[in-house]
Amino acid sequence: MSLSEGSPAPTYGALLLRGLIAGLIAGLLAGLFAFTFGEPKVDAAIAIEEAASAQAQAATEQTSAAEEEPLVSRDGQKGGLFLATGLYGIALGGILATAYTLLRRRLRTPSDTRAALSLAGAALLGVVLIPYVKYPPNPPAVGDPDTINQRTISYLAILVIGLVAVWAAVVAKRTQPTEWRQAAAAVVGFLVVVVVGYALLPNVNEVPETFPPDLLWSFRLASLGTQVVMWTVLGVAFAALLSSTRRPASQPERQPVTTA
Amino acid sequence: MPKATTVGPLSTPAVSPRLLWTALVVVALMLLITYLVAFDQGAVSRSGMYLHELMHDGRHLLGVPCH
Ligand SMILES: [Zn+2]
Repeated sequence: MSLSEGSPAPTYGALLLRGLIAGLIAGLLAGLFAFTFGEPKVDAAIAIEEAASAQAQAATEQTSAAEEEPLVSRDGQKGGLFLATGLYGIALGGILATAYTLLRRRLRTPSDTRAALSLAGAALLGVVLIPYVKYPPNPPAVGDPDTINQRTISYLAILVIGLVAVWAAVVAKRTQPTEWRQAAAAVVGFLVVVVVGYALLPNVNEVPETFPPDLLWSFRLASLGTQVVMWTVLGVAFAALLSSTRRPASQPERQPVTTA
Repeated sequence: MPKATTVGPLSTPAVSPRLLWTALVVVALMLLITYLVAFDQGAVSRSGMYLHELMHDGRHLLGVPCH
C-alpha cells in the first residue's frame, strides 16, 4: 500500500454487490410501475390481437386447431413481468457498478453521489431516451413478425449509437476551456452522433391503421415510465448504498495525482 | 491525460489488469442475463419457449422489440 494509512478503497466486489442490490430494487420497482400502468394496456392490445386472429380464422373457416393452450397463461406472464424486470435490473446494476469502478477516477467530481448519478443519467439518455425517439416501443398486436430480426438489429444499433453520443458529448466538452463553450461543444458532439445515427438506421412504422392511437401512446408512455423508474431508482439506490463503503471523514485519503 | 487533478477520498480500487479481466467477465455475464430477458428464444435457456413466453410482457414494457 503505497498510499497513506487508513482503510483502503472499497474493492470491486463490494461495489459490484451494491450495484446488484440496487439493480434488484430498481427492477422490482420498475416491475411494479409496469404492472400498474403497463399491464392494462398490454391486456387491451392482446384483446385486439385475439379479436383480429379470431376474425381471420372465421374468414377462412378454420376449425379451432390454433386454440391450443398457451405455454404461459396471462396471469403467468404478469408474474413473469417481475422476473423480467428484476433480472434486467440486476444485470444493469452490475454493469453500472462496473462502469463506476472503472470510470470513477475519470469523472471530474469530488462527489461519489454525483458520479454515480451522472453515470445512471448518461445511461438513461443513451440507452432509453435516444432509442425511444427513433424506435418507440410497441404493444402486442403491433409489429410484423417477419421483420423482427431487422428490428432487433436496429434496436441494438441505436443502443450503441446512444452510448456513443453521450461519450461524444463528454469528449467534446473536455476540449473547451470555458463553461459556455463546454456546454455548446457537448450539445454539438451529442447531436452530430444522434442525427447521423438516426439518418443511417432504417425507419420502422408497422402500426396498423386500425390500432387505436390513444392505446398505442398510453402503452408507450407506460413503457417509458418503466424504464425511467428503472434507471432513476438504480442510480439513486446505488449512490445511497455507496455511502456505506465510505470511511470516517477523520481520515481523508487523496486520489493519486496523475500528471501528463 | 490533461493536467494533474486531485479529487476527494479514494472511492474505487486502482484499475489493474486483473481488475479489468474480472470486470470483463462480470459484464459478459450481465449481458448474458439481459440477452436471456430480451432476446433468447430457448437457445441459451434450454427451456424451449417457456422463459421467453414467461417474460413476454417485461420485454414489451422494457422497450425491446418483441413481436
Ligand atoms: Zn410480444
